[in-house]
Amino acid sequence: MGLTDWLNPVKGFGVTFHTMFKKPVTTNYPEEKRPTAPRFHGRHQLNRWPDGLEKCIGCELCAWACPADAIFVEGADNTDEERFSPGERYGRTYQINYLRCILCGLCIEACPTRALTMTNEYELADSSRESLIYTKEMLLAPLTQGMEQPPHAMRLGETEEDYYRLGRTNG
Amino acid sequence: MGLEEKLPSGFILSTVEAAAGWARKNSVWPATFGLACCAIELMATGGPHYDLARFGMERASASPRQADLMIVAGRVSQKMAPVLRQIYDQMAEPKWVISMGVCASSGGMFNNYAIVQGVDHIVPVDIYLPGCPPRPEMLIDAIVKLHDKIQNMKFGAHRAEQIDELELQALRTLPLIDQGASK
Repeated sequence: MGLTDWLNPVKGFGVTFHTMFKKPVTTNYPEEKRPTAPRFHGRHQLNRWPDGLEKCIGCELCAWACPADAIFVEGADNTDEERFSPGERYGRTYQINYLRCILCGLCIEACPTRALTMTNEYELADSSRESLIYTKEMLLAPLTQGMEQPPHAMRLGETEEDYYRLGRTNG
Repeated sequence: MGLEEKLPSGFILSTVEAAAGWARKNSVWPATFGLACCAIELMATGGPHYDLARFGMERASASPRQADLMIVAGRVSQKMAPVLRQIYDQMAEPKWVISMGVCASSGGMFNNYAIVQGVDHIVPVDIYLPGCPPRPEMLIDAIVKLHDKIQNMKFGAHRAEQIDELELQALRTLPLIDQGASK
């Protein structure tokens, strides 16, 4: 027992008083959005080749890798008149059910053509189950400079192998 | 509910709707129903970094009778389902439900006999929030979307009209196969 023990409770208020002069740590989320980690697992994206053809070949490996059975893919054959991706097949139907998807990224690991990757977008909440089943149109990357809406012929090579070797010198 | 329900439709009711909607959305008291890992993110959202108090939601109610919003955070097992329903029934009107995380929303990766495949089998859900678990920003985003719903909620005669309209709309909706769901 010291003489100044009665001061101890007051010291506690000192801590409280001190924090009044500190900068608050709060992020004002809807107004101020802080970037996620660069490799954050957010909403998926179906990528395109530089000429606009889809990278997805409809192999369904993502659907097989999915632990939650959230992905539905249905492949179809490309024809010379109607070509969506280089090579033999393309994903005609592509759906991801975000009410099943746990954003684990196993589908991205499984994808042989890097057609499926993840974005940093995370604002997914919605008011019905149907609206959270994302279809192919919603998942496809937007067309950028130099891209053309498929179906169209292969512009960047004779065969699909030329596409897969794009930008590579060996191997 | 109260007196505001008995008002005649027209100018006065629309004004009351706007005022009451604003008041309601700024003091939504959540009845937290933390069942699994989503509850950790829910607690993080209440902490200083994300600070639910900015939305008037700092009072996470342990008593359902003082709560307006039920945040179902985590997988609902078959055994928990009746408990959840009872908590929901004990809440006073008006009440809303956020289904937080994929497990609460649809069963998620737990597609088995022990887990309810979506909490909307038990209670009506207003906002579905995907993610496993959703980060606090995602929960706040869901809350902001719910605020929009609360603000635009109708009363009395308007409410009855809205219910009829929604019912008619639901009846007219084509089955998924006719909507071109195979695309």
